Amino acid sequence: MASSYVRDPDSQPPLDHPPYKSTALRHPKEPLVYLPHEVTEVTGPQLIGPAPGELDADLTRQHDGEPIGERITISGRVLDTAGQPVRETLVEIWQANSAGRYLHQRDNWPAPLDPNFSGAGRCLTDSEGRYSFTTVKPGPYPWGNHENAWRPAHVHFSLLGQAFAQRLVTQMYFPGDPLFEFDPIFNSVRDPKARERMIAAFSMDETQPDWSIAYEWDIVLRGPEATPFEESH
Amino acid sequence: MREGESVAAPDGVHIRGTVYDGDGAPVPDALLEFWQVSPRELFARGSCEPGEGDYEIVTLVPGGEQPWIDVSVFARGMLNRVVTRIYFVPDDVPDFVPAERRATLIAHDDGDGYRFDIRLQGPTETVFFDV
Repeated sequence: MASSYVRDPDSQPPLDHPPYKSTALRHPKEPLVYLPHEVTEVTGPQLIGPAPGELDADLTRQHDGEPIGERITISGRVLDTAGQPVRETLVEIWQANSAGRYLHQRDNWPAPLDPNFSGAGRCLTDSEGRYSFTTVKPGPYPWGNHENAWRPAHVHFSLLGQAFAQRLVTQMYFPGDPLFEFDPIFNSVRDPKARERMIAAFSMDETQPDWSIAYEWDIVLRGPEATPFEESH
Repeated sequence: MREGESVAAPDGVHIRGTVYDGDGAPVPDALLEFWQVSPRELFARGSCEPGEGDYEIVTLVPGGEQPWIDVSVFARGMLNRVVTRIYFVPDDVPDFVPAERRATLIAHDDGDGYRFDIRLQGPTETVFFDV
């Protein structure tokens, strides 16, 4: 158990980001109060819900038939900022279908629902911190932020990590998407290198002949802060 | 939200509240996560019913050396979570919290459990932490 986790506020987007209109009324205006890490911040739930089974990580086999769309795998390692794998940690994803339609009530733009796709997956990383999902590539979808606004194709990721301080909810994107320059959410990440890191890499090595296109995407969670003893080495 | 995630301890108390935005309007899509280590490690997740901004969980009141519950709030329009804490005894709120804002971290006994509202922005904005 780490005694504290590194802080890097610039690695996360600002809460106040006017191009993303909904942030206007939902961002705190008072400065955040610095909270030294204690037991509650360096521990956390390790599992929410039942332990994931194999089918939980395959979004193409959760219904009677297969969903329409490009079958893909999304795999990678969950690491911390010290380069260590985060083992046995819960990774959850959710996404729109290949037409860009989400299953929930609030999405009702005229794109078809897919009776064979609900869009949610869960898995635990293995002993090397590795995770893998099989799914179909989501489509971009329109939203009301501004005139003709479209979210680039993306997959939502939620990671518990090993501690409350490590908890991360983020989005993964696909290479070559023409919508990046127009998306205020993608561009809310200020560092260009950090924006690049949100984009998965196509992998020909992992692509399976006659089966699926592969994307690789590593996720880096906050790691333990070095103790003064370690820094003296 | 899966049924059951909002109940961390069936023999616990109800904690209810409303999440408000900067206009004082409820945030109907907020998702909250609660983590405590006292009296034991307990996790709960509460989401607001569509159209309302109210959450409700069932858990045990923390005491001992960590008499608080860490809370993460997620919602549309929030590019990162915000983190707050629920305290049950005013003296337990740490000294580094500005005095005039300490009250925003204290849950109130409402006769049927506790009430803890969260105000994301505005005159009585809840204290949020750099965690």
